[in-house]
Amino acid sequence: MADASRGPGARLAVVGAGPAGIAGAVAAADAGITVTVVDAGPQIGGQFYRQPAASLHAHQPGALHHARGTWASLRSRFERHIAADRIRYLPDHHVWLAQRTDTGYRLHALVGPEQERSAPVSAHALLLATGAYERVLPFPGWTLPGVMTAGGAQAMLKGALTLPGRRTVVAGTGPLLLPVAAGLAAAGARIEALIDSADLRGLIRHAPAFAASPGKLVEGLGYALRFARYRVPIRYRHTVVAAHGKECVEAVTVAALDRDGRVRTGSERRIACDSLAIGHGLLPHLDLALSLGARIEDGNGPGVRVDQAQQTSVPGLWAAGETTGIGGAALAEVEGEIAGGSAASWLRQAANPDRADGGSRLLVSAQNARRRRRLRGFFAALDAVYSPPAALTDLITADTTVCRCEEVTAAAVREAVREYGATDPRTVKLLTRAGMGWCQGRVCGPAVARLVAECGGAAGALLDGASAPRPLARPVPLGVLALDDPDEEGTREHP
Amino acid sequence: MLIRRRGTGARTEVASPRLAAASPESAFVLHVDDREIEALAGHTVAAALLRAGVTSWRRTRVTGEPRGVFCGIGVCFDCLVTVNDRPNQRACITPARPGDVVRTQAGTGHGDGASPGARDG
Repeated sequence: MADASRGPGARLAVVGAGPAGIAGAVAAADAGITVTVVDAGPQIGGQFYRQPAASLHAHQPGALHHARGTWASLRSRFERHIAADRIRYLPDHHVWLAQRTDTGYRLHALVGPEQERSAPVSAHALLLATGAYERVLPFPGWTLPGVMTAGGAQAMLKGALTLPGRRTVVAGTGPLLLPVAAGLAAAGARIEALIDSADLRGLIRHAPAFAASPGKLVEGLGYALRFARYRVPIRYRHTVVAAHGKECVEAVTVAALDRDGRVRTGSERRIACDSLAIGHGLLPHLDLALSLGARIEDGNGPGVRVDQAQQTSVPGLWAAGETTGIGGAALAEVEGEIAGGSAASWLRQAANPDRADGGSRLLVSAQNARRRRRLRGFFAALDAVYSPPAALTDLITADTTVCRCEEVTAAAVREAVREYGATDPRTVKLLTRAGMGWCQGRVCGPAVARLVAECGGAAGALLDGASAPRPLARPVPLGVLALDDPDEEGTREHP
Repeated sequence: MLIRRRGTGARTEVASPRLAAASPESAFVLHVDDREIEALAGHTVAAALLRAGVTSWRRTRVTGEPRGVFCGIGVCFDCLVTVNDRPNQRACITPARPGDVVRTQAGTGHGDGASPGARDG
């Protein structure tokens, strides 16, 4: 990278405007760096701090958030930097390609809901704060309308003040189910049951990590009280084995799990409902990091590997928040702040070769390092308690659709492994089209990897389908690819 | 359970008294196949459809199964719908705008399947 690209006028691009992206942008702007924030959403906040549309005039927009933390102050600092032209904010920009250039990075983003035009963004360093989406493992009936991800149900409530239904079952596993069930109940839905496959005895095994975060324990107690008030029946070590209905879900069957995570025969019970909010934990968006060649590691699930300063294995590329492994909003804010500050000092190490040391001397405050360590420990313990049992693949019957886009059944995936010798998810994709559709395998990836493992193949280095790098991060109209790359308005390289 | 609509004083049943209470700026009409539904400024097409009790608005290419909103955040592409003659728009991230013509779609969205019609859940 040319030295001219650093020093005065150096720019940082941040992908994502959730807690990690905003904290990173603010920290870098505080240090005098010019920042461009590119985000797919219509307003800042990401999934966690999603706000109702302004035109809905929600009476208590903040009440929808189960942990408000330092977001309000971060938000006002972000707005002050925008007013001072230190931060350029591009909402409704969906990044479909990230490239390395001679002077840094170039992003290409589809603009607005129409997605017919692509806008380029150039910068000397890049921070990926791309967040997460929900993992859902298949079961019979999971494609029925009315079956929605738990996070999706929460997004409808937070962003549109709209409920997925009136009688909802919340199920799967993970700490996200608690705020989803509590939020839907407080907004007027009847929660027919909260079903989690986790065994809460695991909480005791990891007691030290939980005790180190007393605030989280209080949060958990708060949920217990609210569920008592709303009369939400809670079942741990249970799972949904099937959703029933013709045009829409009308009922689910739930069953108890034994010690090995297998369904206890005879424990099945039917619960009538008009909606099911389900999730089995979160997965990071890794496509941009993979396409840039960043190393991925499997810690508590997949994530971009970063050092103490949140630098990835690629020069000039930082990552923070869920992108580096699932850890929640508070950790994302800390990591974002570290990454923004570290990227800023790297960019300011102008043309001084003695200091251009690739970041080994990038400072991280002791306080931030401590908070990061504590929060990572907390989420590692949570992950251990809430990881979905491997035996859940038993629920994926032969005719269950695994790949929702290409309509590939579990029978086809198992046949690809057992009969045609596929030993990894990529070969399964080539044989069956599972993972080849619009969502690019984001939804079926974890299930295909688990089915391959169940049949004796290798799930790949990462169970949850951090698949091979793809040059394009999302579907792009051919017309956009055919256009000449337009110049970036107002941010031309070295005028 | 009430949202009070600004200006008119009319009341529309929506989510909640406490958590999701709101005074939306305006409601407008969205054409969905051969019917009209009410949408609120700031809603996505998916939110407007769900509020109107429509849960299914696509038939898949291979088996013709019904689909509606699944991930709700633009990742899964299950909630595809035709908006103002542009097929395969993600209803969960497409803002509803006054006068929009929404068509439920079948198959690839390019006229290769019979339109399923909006169905109430």
